[in-house]
Amino acid sequence: MKIVLNGEPKALSSNLSIQQLLDQLSIPAGRVACEVNLKIIKRGLYPETVLQDGDTVEIIQAIGGG
Amino acid sequence: MQDTNLVIAGTTYRSRLILGTGKYKTLELMKQALAAAQPAMVTVAIRRVNLKDTSSQSFWNFLPEGLPILPNTAGCYTADDAIRTAHLAREALNTPLIKVEVIGDPKTLYPDVEATLQATRALVKEGFVVLPYTNDDPIIARRLEEAGAATIMPLASPIGSGQGILNPLPIRFILEQSKVPVIVDAGVGTASDAAVAMELGAAGVLMNTAVAEAQDPVGMAQAMRLSVEAGRLSYLSGRMQKKYGASPSSPTAGQVSTLTSR
Repeated sequence: MKIVLNGEPKALSSNLSIQQLLDQLSIPAGRVACEVNLKIIKRGLYPETVLQDGDTVEIIQAIGGG
Repeated sequence: MQDTNLVIAGTTYRSRLILGTGKYKTLELMKQALAAAQPAMVTVAIRRVNLKDTSSQSFWNFLPEGLPILPNTAGCYTADDAIRTAHLAREALNTPLIKVEVIGDPKTLYPDVEATLQATRALVKEGFVVLPYTNDDPIIARRLEEAGAATIMPLASPIGSGQGILNPLPIRFILEQSKVPVIVDAGVGTASDAAVAMELGAAGVLMNTAVAEAQDPVGMAQAMRLSVEAGRLSYLSGRMQKKYGASPSSPTAGQVSTLTSR
């Protein structure tokens, strides 16, 4: 299946949960926020939120800025 | 001289200096600058995780443990984008604080005050502690305060320009009318600019480029800490009245000279 992840198309082998996607990308869940189709998913729901074909996913973090 | 601490929305901060974390040549340099500046909090931007290089997570290793974080909505050009960014920031960082910054124009980076006000209203209703970056207009400052802004953060001059406080009068007007802390945000270029802001009566100063782009950011960070403290003390101490002409500092009586012994 295909999703759009941070603005780029990405093919996934199966319907991953957000937690599985983060694990695959080696991104610790602690300091990121995830949005699926413009809806923020609370951190506690990452394991049970399963991505669907066509989803638009944003994973954001804090970086240096003024 | 006894001073009170900076208090924003009921939280007390140890300093009146807020520092940005952008534009440092290295994260190590940022870490050292933060140690020298001892800021109340630091601002951060909210951006997509770079999927090709997830090492940017190490940013956190260079921030002192427990230092309060103020996420911003930098780069947003609409109220909706700022609101969306604020929600992402709250989820990522577990903080109600948000520096609302809605830009109206890429050349000047001046705020779109209408959108800033709209975003502030919406986010205050949702329980955010909103610190809006705004222009130095006392009228919009009043509207933001009425909307529930936790601080008013007028610019001194354009973001990143380092031109200092170009127009102190409207900032003075804002200071006189505001019941929430007024933090001069943007445009500070050097330590004397920070002192001027504090001498005007600002509750604090927020800066980034002045430190990050100094020849020696660590030295400038220390200068800014001292300057904010000096400016604050100077404000609290009440400056002398300016006079038209000279007035001798040494007594004229008892002087040993041909003039007085005659």
